[in-house]
Amino acid sequence: MFVFASLLVSCGGDKSDKKSGALAGNAAERVYVAPGEHDEFYAFLSGGYSGNLLVYGLPSGRMLKEIPVFSQFPTNGYGYSEETVPMLNTSFGFVPWGDAHHPDISQTNGELDGRWIFINENNTPRIARISLETFETEEIIEIPHSAGNHSSSFITENTEYVVAGTRFAIPYPQEDIAIDQMKGNFKGPLTFIAIDDKGKMKIDFQLKMPGFNYDLSHPGRGDSHGWFFFTTYNTEEAHTLLEVNASQNDKDFIAAINWKKIQEYVRNGGGEEIDAEYAHNVFDHATQKATTTMVNKVLTVDPRDVKGAVFFMPTPKSPHGCDVDPSGEYIVGNGKLSTDLTVHSFSKMLKAIENEDFDGEAYDIPILNFESTLAGTVKNGGLGPLHTEFDGKGNAYTTFFISSEVVKWKLGTWEVLDRQPVYYSVGHNMIPGGNSRKPFGKYMIAMNKITKDRYLPTGPEMEHSAQLFDISGDKMELLLDFPTHGEPHYAAGIPADLIKSKSKKIYRLDENKHKYAAKNESETKMVREGNEVHVNMTTVRSHFSPDNLEGIKVGDKVYFHITNLEQDFDVPHGFAMIGANTAGLLIDPGQTKTITWEPKKAGVWPFYCTDFCSALHQEMQGYIRVSAKGSDIPLKWSLD
Amino acid sequence: MTTRFLTKQKKITMKKSGLLMIVGSLLLLGLFIYPLWNIQLGAPQYPDPLGMDIYITGIQGEGEFDIQNIDGVNHYIGMKKIPKPEDMWEFATFPIIIIGMVALGVIIGLFGFLGKISHNWFLGWFLLMMVLGILGMYDFNSWLLDYGTDLNPNAILNMTDADGNPLSYKPPMLGTAKILNFTASSYPRMGAYAMFVGMFLTLVAWWIGKSATKGRS
Repeated sequence: MFVFASLLVSCGGDKSDKKSGALAGNAAERVYVAPGEHDEFYAFLSGGYSGNLLVYGLPSGRMLKEIPVFSQFPTNGYGYSEETVPMLNTSFGFVPWGDAHHPDISQTNGELDGRWIFINENNTPRIARISLETFETEEIIEIPHSAGNHSSSFITENTEYVVAGTRFAIPYPQEDIAIDQMKGNFKGPLTFIAIDDKGKMKIDFQLKMPGFNYDLSHPGRGDSHGWFFFTTYNTEEAHTLLEVNASQNDKDFIAAINWKKIQEYVRNGGGEEIDAEYAHNVFDHATQKATTTMVNKVLTVDPRDVKGAVFFMPTPKSPHGCDVDPSGEYIVGNGKLSTDLTVHSFSKMLKAIENEDFDGEAYDIPILNFESTLAGTVKNGGLGPLHTEFDGKGNAYTTFFISSEVVKWKLGTWEVLDRQPVYYSVGHNMIPGGNSRKPFGKYMIAMNKITKDRYLPTGPEMEHSAQLFDISGDKMELLLDFPTHGEPHYAAGIPADLIKSKSKKIYRLDENKHKYAAKNESETKMVREGNEVHVNMTTVRSHFSPDNLEGIKVGDKVYFHITNLEQDFDVPHGFAMIGANTAGLLIDPGQTKTITWEPKKAGVWPFYCTDFCSALHQEMQGYIRVSAKGSDIPLKWSLD
Repeated sequence: MTTRFLTKQKKITMKKSGLLMIVGSLLLLGLFIYPLWNIQLGAPQYPDPLGMDIYITGIQGEGEFDIQNIDGVNHYIGMKKIPKPEDMWEFATFPIIIIGMVALGVIIGLFGFLGKISHNWFLGWFLLMMVLGILGMYDFNSWLLDYGTDLNPNAILNMTDADGNPLSYKPPMLGTAKILNFTASSYPRMGAYAMFVGMFLTLVAWWIGKSATKGRS
């Protein structure tokens, strides 16, 4: 049942080897970033089940960095160091792993501004904010009364809100109830989290929607700014064998939420505060430490209480992506079990609401007449449409999972302009700025789910494949094929020039207010507090201070607080302690990080620097004397 | 020669000459605003080179932490830390000498302007400045030599040449040279140029003054 697409080239006819050689050469030139040069775009790809955020350069497709977000990252000690363990706290306790899906870059007036990037956690519902100056996770907020945070983390066009939406309908609040009582009793809360001008997040309100599955969402922009659109599936409200039972209805819904109206309602005292339990973890750059605050209330709003705020637009059939074009007028419901692509019109939707052109209701929420909201249909686009991005030139690019292709079509005329195969079975695609008022329509990447034979085989488990296309011309041209780490569900791209000059080179030692920082070798010391021993150490090319430590006993909990005294670009130092049940540390210039060690055996134990920092890196080591429990060897520390 | 014996034309020329003398001397004050000299240190691992600006009042890094980082890489070969202003008598004395010469030059220029003294005083000032300049360069050079050769005997990296003699890491006083993996470039900066231009102007002042008192009356 495959629709095979042929590779289209500007001149038709048979392709000789010579011709494809020339084309291949041309493509190679366009993705080649010469040594010493930089890529044009940053692409931030979600790491999927790695729990992290990946940074790639386009057009080279080179992976630049893996930023730890929701998973412990032993590479640098994230999620192991005393300072970062609180980042992974939740109402379920410390959760060492997450499933990261959809990154979104902050915007101002609908244009990318590159201050922060947000990403959702799909398993233990959370949203993280990552700084685009330090490329580190600064804040993680948990979403209460939610599950499967999938239709997340998308921002409104002025970064007023970032949204969360549950993919799994659940009891609201949670309670012991027979599973087959789901229909009508489970709810699907949609959460709106306000973002202040420093990026700090705070849950503003939670909308108690009917128990459908809320798959994806995108904000309105321009005229439709103030609205948010969520696709739903399983409007059948099946609780078992969803594969079949959630695919019965001919149409599901796009939920259109007028958040401006609800914001006003809430500001005028609307909504009800109910009990909740969720963690809010914030990393403070001055003290260099993350703190967890448990919050126990959340404001819930019943959509039926805010007149004219929530409507359902029918759309075929188990839609995945809900994508809004740069003008804010067209809303694409990518119905993955449909053969056609349905596009809704915002202005027609408003008219239908005004004329009360309804076709029934679901749980007292009006269902708009399907024909009245329809802008057009792209006929026979392909099989299994999932997601649409835009190039800012009036074109849309939709991914088709089952027919394994990307199809380019024209907004307004709904005609198919081009189709290109992808290898294999694409999920989402990404055009930098393609989810904003101002896309940069030069490159598009297709992020695929099936790799098979694309690269050298590496056993049964493989990384996912991605392809880079040049979309600046009439036809899409395949330029590059590159593997991606984890599973990129979605991505966000931005021209490098918008953020590269703001990337921090060092952390200033004079701004370091860490409680145990030693800003000079003369400030290093060891302090015993009961069976805790705090060691304030420094590292610099090429020694630790102190590097001889005595007086530690079996049964102690040793805290190594290590300050990197360097103020030079790209001189991190590492730290590893033999037999530690934690992880190593990677400390950047000016930073202080802490790792613990609980020695179990007496002896003289070495530690060393793990990151090759200097010509004398091998000499960066030290010894710790551990005496038996109860011994009275005094604390002693020295260097030379 | 006194004013009475100079024609109006000559008086105007003497005024010009005096003015040039004053301006030339004042230009030396540029040394208090701009660096006198600059040494850049590039290396394969420092695509963005480290650098230090040498002012007559002290040494400052080009980047905020450059001195700290230069000291950091220097300690491997046993070099001393880059001196702070209080570590070298030059940073206390040179500013005084410059101010002194500026004051002297301005006074001489003023008297010349008023026609009270001959233009030959300008030449005198210029020659004195030349001597002081040469002495200053000699001192700078010997400081660089000492800095590059007075090394810690327990230095981590102890490099010797083919004959077994310890290598010198003396940075060039003027020009570019390779020191181990670093390329050192040492060149004058705006402060020195202000001084050179200023000195040149005083020489011109003397020359103009000379032509004013020659032949015609």
